[in-house]
Parts: sequence; structure tokens; C-alpha cells
Amino acid sequence: MEMNQYLSIFIDEANEHLQALNENMLKLEQHPEDISIVQVIFRSAHTLKGMSASMGFEDLASLTHEMENVLDLVRNDKLKMNGGIFDTLFKCLDALEAMVKDVIEGGTGRGDVAGLVAQLKGIVSGEPAAAAPATAAETSELALVAVHMLLDQYQLSVLQQSVESGNPVFHIEVAIRSDCLLKAVRAYMVFDALERNGEVVKSHPSVQEIEQEQFDRSFSVYYISRIDQAQLEETLNRVSELESVTVTPVDLASLAELDQSREASNEAAAQARQEVAAAAAPAAPAAPAAPEAPSAAPEAAARPSASASAGNAAPRTIRVDIERLDSLMNLFSELLIDRVRLEQLASEVRRNDLTETVEHMARVSSDLQNIVLKLRMVPVDSVFNRFPRMVRDLAKSLGKKVDLIITGAETELDRTVIDEIGDPLVHLIRNSVDHGVEPIQDRIGTGKRETGTVNLRAFHSGNHVFIEIEDDGRGINRPKVLEIAVNRGVVTAEEAKKLSDDQINMLLFAAGFSTADKISDISGRGVGLDVVRSKIESLGGQVSVTSNPGAGTKFSIQLPLTLSIISAMLVKLGSEKYAFPLSSIVETAIAKRADFRDVHGNRMIEYRKSIIPVVSLAQLLESPDYRDEDEQETEMLVIRKGEKLAAVLVDELIGQSEIVLKTLGKYLTNLDVISGATILGDGQVALIVDPNALIK
Amino acid sequence: MAEEFKVIVFTLAHEEYGIEVDKVRTIERMAPITRVPKTPAFVKGVINLRGIVVPVIDLRSRFGLAEAEATENSRIIIVAANELEVGFIVDSANDVIDLTSDAVENPPEVVGGIKAKYLSGVAKFGEDRLLILLNLSEVLNRSEIIQLEQFGA
Repeated sequence: MEMNQYLSIFIDEANEHLQALNENMLKLEQHPEDISIVQVIFRSAHTLKGMSASMGFEDLASLTHEMENVLDLVRNDKLKMNGGIFDTLFKCLDALEAMVKDVIEGGTGRGDVAGLVAQLKGIVSGEPAAAAPATAAETSELALVAVHMLLDQYQLSVLQQSVESGNPVFHIEVAIRSDCLLKAVRAYMVFDALERNGEVVKSHPSVQEIEQEQFDRSFSVYYISRIDQAQLEETLNRVSELESVTVTPVDLASLAELDQSREASNEAAAQARQEVAAAAAPAAPAAPAAPEAPSAAPEAAARPSASASAGNAAPRTIRVDIERLDSLMNLFSELLIDRVRLEQLASEVRRNDLTETVEHMARVSSDLQNIVLKLRMVPVDSVFNRFPRMVRDLAKSLGKKVDLIITGAETELDRTVIDEIGDPLVHLIRNSVDHGVEPIQDRIGTGKRETGTVNLRAFHSGNHVFIEIEDDGRGINRPKVLEIAVNRGVVTAEEAKKLSDDQINMLLFAAGFSTADKISDISGRGVGLDVVRSKIESLGGQVSVTSNPGAGTKFSIQLPLTLSIISAMLVKLGSEKYAFPLSSIVETAIAKRADFRDVHGNRMIEYRKSIIPVVSLAQLLESPDYRDEDEQETEMLVIRKGEKLAAVLVDELIGQSEIVLKTLGKYLTNLDVISGATILGDGQVALIVDPNALIK
Repeated sequence: MAEEFKVIVFTLAHEEYGIEVDKVRTIERMAPITRVPKTPAFVKGVINLRGIVVPVIDLRSRFGLAEAEATENSRIIIVAANELEVGFIVDSANDVIDLTSDAVENPPEVVGGIKAKYLSGVAKFGEDRLLILLNLSEVLNRSEIIQLEQFGA
């Protein structure tokens, strides 16, 4: 169907609007008095409603419609936001998200919204204001209503509410004299007068068209007035060069008639809306912007230019299927392998022009590599943006007050990492809010601010991106951690005595560990942190934790910038070649056999005033033709995992190279020392050593 | 009606074996193999198959036959089954034949020293030739590798 091609646009934009709604609702919760935020929320909701209706997702549309009604009252100062309303609106957002998700998964986007709709309606009506069904059958007004003046459901309900709340609603027809030279100016003066005394709900032609003089001689508006009919007529008649002004009062009965005629022409309208929404969904807010203008006319006049400039500022982007980027990446990897091969050949052939060409190609391809990698980079914001909402809900359910402060949301990470990092972060943040930040009484008791703070930071450093989650809570209770670790058999009592503070902290990540007294549904099932750690390590990252008792805890995650191309050190081991990720290498040096020491049966070496373990790569990898025992002097790589260092003995260092990561496939798994493979310039496969597996 | 199907014929210690054609990706000449440490002995390592890293197993040693030096005729048959892509080192691979399903009989307990569970059947073809058909999913069964790993550890 034709709809399908719009569906992906709908999904993308619905998600964007939902995200915007979430963010702005949170902002509004912080500053409930700021009506400008309500405006933004209203517009998002309105656009979402239009899109959903045009795509035929009725439940989505009806729920957003009711939300709009509530928001409309708020922005017109007829309703004050309170906790209950926020909670209801947030629930609505959840319901909307669920429905959009259903659409994404190929469903019909249906959801049971009746309960929420009823709640919203309750909020709108305040006390159960039984809308007295008016009996007066003033159907004569209907004659005035041409098809073009049909109101949509939202406008109808706005009018209905004003009638119910005692504000008179009028249908006004204005005709301008035929000899009038500046029709738009007269029209503007009429609107100006109207806006000063009430609100224009709908006008035909639209305000924009009238401003551009795209109307014949007359125009008509639906108007909510703050003054009575006589005053209104008098005000309007003061505008010169008008031929006639007809003011007709509108009541509930005629509104009901209007509603019916709307239904009748629904099909045509839906089709029209469909075209509008599908062709220019982002532009949708611009059209209804005019009737929305609640206050002064100058603002209404300024609106079109404002939205025009917003249009210019929109980033010039296109959406690309991630699979295309993946295949681009794959093709580029092939090219990179050939480049290394060419460089090798050129150095063997030793012809100047060939060498120059190859060098130039190398430069171009490294620029290309940067671009290809950048294409796959996504700001972490796309993961972070759901956390404010999560922390809010969590804190509320725990009866705590928690501020989430996000910094560095613009930091970019590879798409693959972004896709995987969400769950571990959710877990760590939940952990901080649940276990870290204390209940309010405890905080007051220890002289802290009532509101706890959780800092979520992301930043670049070298070839890595760091994400930190820091709370100002009670910190890790180390004696308790130790007690539990010993009880659960994670460490023995003897081992426990020797552990440093950091090592004790790391016990949190041991399998089957939970320090919560009570098991809550938020965290503390004891399956959490070890899963977090293995997930992060599977991404080539590391996680560590530092903590000051009473002052807070900081989880720090180190992630590689990208997962597909890395800088590596190639080493030789007899006839075999291996690659070490450069990011984990601290230094290369020469190790003399005489410098080795035996400490409790482990070989150690002195390195920059500390003693670090020595790892024989040949032994570990069961090298068929190399023994470091035979050598007096060997090359060594000093590698790092977190704070820990180790010296790895190798036969020979070949040099640095950019390598393309390849998996070993599904047949070979559980290889703890080998993390993958790469193809060298000569077409041979070299295995990539996982330095994390070398440091215990 | 008996179904007809095509089979790639290869040899292993003077016996002829067959794999259905649709399970075979390509047949390659011997290529440099990179050893992968800490794997069962029959896993010879990995090769670069036009940019893709593919594990290679020695079919002789997989079936417990004596290993042999690679010769001019040695081939690596790349098969794909159970969502795995694996190369088999065989003594030679040189024929494609048509078989009908009614020519295939259940395998006897042991054929050419190979356990029946690795075989899906035996087919007679041509003038008195016997073809042993492999049960690929059993040959590639990973749970057995895991057992072997545990046994070795």
C-alpha cells in the first residue's frame, strides 16, 4: 500500500515527538510556571495527533487529542499543573510510546486508551461539569456554515469548553469594501481588535492567506470573546473601509450540529489531512499555529517568520539505512587490506612513482576511513535522553528526590556500541538511584541536601569514550560487601583480608552478588552488575568503581570509539603473527631474563618502581616454534587493564598498523585469549590477542 | 517418485564421500592456515576466504583417521550448515554426480572407520562404487567440541 512509504517517516517522527514531549514535560515539571514550555509540548502533541490521524492510528490520535485539551487549558492559564496531572500525562506518554512501538513492530497501533482518556477528560472538566445539552434548535446558523468552515474535533472541543465555561463564542463574517486598496491591512486591524478581546479559533481563509492578501473580499472566523456581542460589534465597526460585519452567537447545539457535519465530511477531510501530513509532516505545526495564537496579534504576525527561520536552522541531514553503512564499512575494510598489501609491494618494488602513488592513496584512504567511521558515530544523547524520565519515575516510586545531571551528551560513539550500551547504563543508573542515593530522612540526618544528585557524564579521552555515573549517596559499605562476598563464597575469609578497597568495590561485579537488604523490583536481584560487566567487556570496554563512604560512588565505563577498525601492534612469535590493540599497550621495552623474580611461584619483573607479573605469550598460546625460555633478552609489551599492569613477552615487534576486526565465526567460540582476527597485508589471517584475558 | 539430487564427491583415506551440493559454498585449493590456540586438534585454524575469516577442520582427524600431509590434490571444501561456515580439508575433491534418493541406504554401524552418527547414508553408483554421505549437522555439532574442550582441560 501507499501508506507503507509514509510509515517509516511516521515512526521516525513520532519517536522524535515523543522524545520531545518527554523532555519538555520533565522541563515543565522543574518550571511549572513556564507557559512557553507548555506551548512547545502542545505543538508536539498537536503534530503527533495530526500525523496519527492521517495514518489512521485512531487510538493514538484520540489520546493525544485529550492531552491537547488539558495542555490547552494550562497554557491559557485556566488550569494549574499539579503532580496528578503530570503523572497522568506521563502515563499517557508511556501509552503513546507503547502504541508507537506496536506500530514499529508491524502492529495496528491500537491500545486501550479509554481509561487515560477518561482521566484526562476528568482533568479538563475539573468538577464533573455536566454539559447541559442545550435544547434550543437554532439550526438556522448552520446555513452560515459552509464546508470550508468545518472545524476539526480539537477546535470544536475548544469552542464547546468556552461555551460551557460561560465565554461567548461568535461566528463573525467580515466583508471589506470593494474599493479598499489595502485589504490585508484592514483584515489585520480586524484580527488585532479581535485578539485583544479574545481568541480566534479558526479563520477562513487562514491567517497566513489573509496576511498575504490571498482572499477575496470577505473572511470569517470562529471567535471566543471576552466581551459581549454589542461591544464586539462596536469594536469591529470602528475599523474603517469595512462593508459589513455579521456577528452570530454560537451555542452548544449549533456546535453539535457542526460536529455532525464534520463527521459527514470526515472522509474528504481525512484525505486532505493525509496528503498534508504525509507530504509535509514537519510543517504541520505551522498551519495550526495561527489559531493557536492565544494573546496578542503581533505574536501571530511574527509566527510565520519564526517558523520560517526555524526551518532554515534545521540540520541538513538524510536518513540512511544502517545496513548500507555496514556494507560501506565492509567494502572499505577490503580496500584497507589491499592498501596495506600495496604498501608492502611498493616497498619491495622500490619505484619512486609507484611509492608516491601508494602514499597518496594511503592518505586519501585514511581520510576516507575517518569519514566512514564518523558516519557510524551517533551522539550518546540517543541513549541518555531516556534517563531523565527514568530517574524521575524511579525516584518517585522510591520516595526519594534525585536530580540527574547529564554532561557531554554530544559525545559520539559507534552505532554498534550505542545499541548495546543502553541496558548496562540503565542498570548502573538504577543502581545509583536505588542503592546509592539515600532516602530523604537519611540525607537530612547526615546534613546533606534533601535532593540527591546523580551525574551522568560522557567524554572523549584518547581512543576511548568514558561514561561516568556518579552519585552523592552513601557510598559502598565495604565491610558489608566483604561479609556478603565471604558468605556467598565469592572470596574466602583469608583472601578477603588481603583485598584493597578498590578490589572490594569490584566484588560488586562478581556473579551472584547483591547488597540490598530488601530485593526491590528496581535493582538488587543480584543478577545485575556481573551482567553489566560482561556486556561492557564484550564491547571491548572496561568498568570500574570508586567510592567514598558517606560521600558517594562513581562507576566509570571505558569504551572503545569504534569496533570495526583499531590501531594495533603486530608482534611475531616464531612463525606466527599476533595483533595487540594499541589502546591497551602502555609501553614496549626489552626484558632481561636476569631481571625476572620469583614471587610465590609467579614470575614478576620490576617496571617503573613497581613489580608487575610476567606473561609468556608463547606458553599461553602454545607456540609451536618459539620458546622465550631460550632467550636472554626478549621484547616485552607492558599492557594495562584498568589500574593493573602486566609484561607480555613476545619474540619480535613488527610495528603498528590499522587493522580491520573480523570475527572468528560461530564455530570457534569460548576462546578466552583470542578476541578476533584480522587479515594482514599479505592476505594471511592474524589473531588478535585480548589483553584483558592476560591480566587476572 | 525418487528425488534426484547432486552430490560433491571427495576422497578421504581412499574412500569416497559425498556432501549435497547445496550445502557447499566453494571448493578451494589449500591456503595458508593460521593456527588458533586452545582448540581441539582437528581444528587446523582459520583461513582468509576473500576477506572472510573461516575456520578449517581436518576431516581425517575429525573422524579419527590418521592425518596426512597436504598434497597437490588436497582441497578445502567450504560448507555452510547450522548457520556455520566451515572449511573441510579433504584428500581430493573432483566430481559432482547425480543421485536418486532410492539409491541411498542406511549406513552400517561403521564405514571406513567412521561412526554411523556422522553419516546420513550409503549410496551405490557407477560401476560398483560406494559413496558415503555425510551428516553435516552431526559433523559440525558444537556440543561435541565443548565436551572435547572440557576433556582436554
